[in-house]
Amino acid sequence: MSRQSVAKAHQKIQELAWEPLYHDPVSQYGTDYTFSKAQKKDPLKQVLRSYFPMQEEKDHRVYGAADGAIRGNMFRQVQERWLEWQKLFLSIIPLPEISAARAMPLLFRTVPNPELHNGQAIQMIDEVRHSTIQQNLKRLYMNNYVDPAGFNSSLRNFQNDYCGTIGRQFAEGFITGDAITAASIYLTIVAETAFTNTLFVAMPAEAAANGDYLLPTVFHSVQSDESRHISNGYATLLMALADEGNHALLERDLRYAWWNNHRVVDAAIGTFIEYGTKDRRKDRESYAEMWRRWIYDDYYRSYLVPLEKYGLVIPHDLIEESWNQIWNKGYVHEVAQFFCTGWLANYWRMDPMTDTDFEWFEYKYPGWYDKYGAWWENYARLSMPHGNKPIVFEDVDYQYPNRCWTCMVPCLVREDMVMAEIDGVTRTYCHEACRWTDVEAFRPTYMGRETPSMGRLTGNREWETLYHGWNWADVVSDMGYVRDDGKTLVAQPHLDLDPTKMWTLDHLRSCPPLLSPNVLLNEMSTDEKQAFHANYVRGGPAGRPAPAEAV
Amino acid sequence: MTSTTERSVPKMDFTNAEAGSRTFPDSTARNYNYFVPAKRKQSHYEDVTVEVQPDPRHYLAQGWLYGFADGRGGYPLEWTALKAWGQDRPVPERYPGSGGKGYDWPAHGWHEFRDPNEEWELTFFRYNSNVERQVNANIDTARETKAFEQWNPNWVAFVEQHVGAWMHVEQGLGLYVFANANRRAPTNMHNNAIAVNSMHRIRFAQDLALYNLTLSEEIEGFDGSAHVKTWNEDPAWQGVRRVSEQLTGIDDWAEAMFATNIVFEPLIGELFRSQLVQQAAPGNGDFVTPTVVGAGEFDFATRDLRWTTAMFDLLTRDREFADHNKAQIAQWLSVWVPRCLSAARELQPLWSQPDLRPPRFEDGLDRVKNRFEGILAGLDIPTPKEISQ
Ligand SMILES: [Fe+2]
Ligand SMILES: [Fe+2]
Repeated sequence: MSRQSVAKAHQKIQELAWEPLYHDPVSQYGTDYTFSKAQKKDPLKQVLRSYFPMQEEKDHRVYGAADGAIRGNMFRQVQERWLEWQKLFLSIIPLPEISAARAMPLLFRTVPNPELHNGQAIQMIDEVRHSTIQQNLKRLYMNNYVDPAGFNSSLRNFQNDYCGTIGRQFAEGFITGDAITAASIYLTIVAETAFTNTLFVAMPAEAAANGDYLLPTVFHSVQSDESRHISNGYATLLMALADEGNHALLERDLRYAWWNNHRVVDAAIGTFIEYGTKDRRKDRESYAEMWRRWIYDDYYRSYLVPLEKYGLVIPHDLIEESWNQIWNKGYVHEVAQFFCTGWLANYWRMDPMTDTDFEWFEYKYPGWYDKYGAWWENYARLSMPHGNKPIVFEDVDYQYPNRCWTCMVPCLVREDMVMAEIDGVTRTYCHEACRWTDVEAFRPTYMGRETPSMGRLTGNREWETLYHGWNWADVVSDMGYVRDDGKTLVAQPHLDLDPTKMWTLDHLRSCPPLLSPNVLLNEMSTDEKQAFHANYVRGGPAGRPAPAEAV
Repeated sequence: MTSTTERSVPKMDFTNAEAGSRTFPDSTARNYNYFVPAKRKQSHYEDVTVEVQPDPRHYLAQGWLYGFADGRGGYPLEWTALKAWGQDRPVPERYPGSGGKGYDWPAHGWHEFRDPNEEWELTFFRYNSNVERQVNANIDTARETKAFEQWNPNWVAFVEQHVGAWMHVEQGLGLYVFANANRRAPTNMHNNAIAVNSMHRIRFAQDLALYNLTLSEEIEGFDGSAHVKTWNEDPAWQGVRRVSEQLTGIDDWAEAMFATNIVFEPLIGELFRSQLVQQAAPGNGDFVTPTVVGAGEFDFATRDLRWTTAMFDLLTRDREFADHNKAQIAQWLSVWVPRCLSAARELQPLWSQPDLRPPRFEDGLDRVKNRFEGILAGLDIPTPKEISQ
């Protein structure tokens, strides 16, 4: 490397920024935030001359580890329970990564400080790195792990699976709508600063405990780029705070971004860490413990709270409520149970829980067994096609939930479900905060002020509705979750690869059709809807239908 | 005496979870099966790139979930006026009971594009690190061998002002044309190639800036800030600056790529770099600048132009929209060729500044015009009449 100091080099490249004299650059993204121009420093202080070799060196380590893992037969000791859930995770995550790259130009024109653009361009290429290195890791799993099904169809499945769709918010939220809401608050301030710790630090630790040391190698390498991105976000946030007029929007966006990230990331990563592991040492941290440390203490207490003095209105209530959901309302357990209820609509194998697992859950989450134990015993009992139907069709004291129209995770904590009528259609939401996101935040006016740049929630947000009235064998075929014999399902509710124990399309053929809870709800009269709601919120936990009303 | 406390570590199991340990449906299905490779066998590049950015015409059953204020989400095909076969078929409609299927792969011609450089993170960081190492080594050697002492004063002024001014072109286009466009194209293959192109330019801009810093340390009287003044004020550069700014103002991403890499780069970029700097430097005792500028020139001539022509080649030979695309491109040419030629001509005074003159401006311009016409011919695009201006 040259003798020029990094500081001097960095100072020199500041001379590269220039502003137009004759023609303005195109303005393609809107924001309702206002920024007044102030001299800013490039928060990254990164010069490509040292950046490229640094990244190359990190690559050497990653690819060296990959070679070592294959030569050392790592897959002889990888837990299938763990790697199966990676079929979901690694199908989701390359899109959020690349979307973060795509999000960077949303900030070029909306934040009028060319000093920040250099850092944003580096983040762009970092994210290209993350996306392709993760695709590559998945490819390695596909090639070397016993069951490639679900890895081999990864990106088709991710795009048509409802779990993938839930995860996709963690990508599309970065690149659309109000440029600052998307690329700054949702992406950098909340997703990267708060939740990448659970994604890229907590989860790899769990992977290692399940015999997979490649995932930690790749994701720690990814995470080492993250602190730069956090600095990008912080610089933009401080600039936004400088203008009083932005404070209401910041409050709105932090509430939306926080709650959506909690709903989406805690659902997915919580399930992987708690239900995808075989490591049941009592002293290993539970997801709740990790969350308390990484998100509550490190992010909320240490990062967000100090910003209060600059006028940032922090959603204390929603942060406490997220903790309440995880700790008291069993959010992660409810989600894992739902994923496994609907195993046949997915593309990985979901291992039943055993007595060892039960013991650990009871130790970490006192009262767990009373709520969830019986259902998991039924799950194990019904895991093979021995004359029974998949668990979703059997009587196991579980009411199939309605979808949340906003976060698209179903309304699993039954007591929190709310409804609203929008454009003549009744929508259900998992929580008041999700109703607020749809009905109040993503609208062209907010608290009486015009917000013409705010985005829209779009799409067919209830998966079940697309297949209303379909036979399940046709649903699974339509989605393509069938193995190369043309009949065995990719998904299985157990890990046994003996073909005689695996579910096929034939088993589904005789099952009742798929009915969309939302279609059924909208067929009801107003009174029936009210009664349905009153009954729904008396249900749970663990998906139990409401007890019959005492007379 | 030693005491041992039992450490809590996860216990390793023999799981036998390696490929081939069991036989069952799909046990040998070890290829990504959701796209058709461009060649017989799918490449590593394709595996890490294709279909990461979804398309509702393929598998995206529930559609885009978030939109801009007008409701449009994702990567609208209308963000360029060019068209690829199949794109006028409507997005498959999904409704209660519709099912989720889209069209068969690739659904439309945009998905046929592959970056011929096959860039992904491994290739990208390897290549750019190598360039940086080579550029640095060249500059360090020059410093150690006192190579800059050979330069005559006029050449020093030429490098501080004009070679220096070029860094601003690379920086501005790298950020506001290329990084900007990485949000806009319809597939991951396009947008990754665009992001890589962006970084080539930003890297080259920084190479020039840091070279400039070295020269201010090594050459007595070298003015390290002259490049800013030249870029802001020198009349010879204002044409280049104006057209650079116009390029950043283009809304249509394919037009931005075409105008920059197919028109501006040959007619102005290569004119300045290859026909002026590279030709004039040796005669004026400078063997170092050509290696720094050459690194950027090599990026463009071998990599950036290569993916660009591969992309436009598909569009000008598109089985449904070739004529439409060629007409659109002809219209772009009628705008950008005159703009670039007049900016190129404004640069002409630079040719008379070095003591030892480079080959004549007109000869250089003829050469780049020929190259430009050759690039167009390769794309089956006739030479626009504006080129003879
Ligand atoms: Fe990332
Ligand atoms: Fe929700």
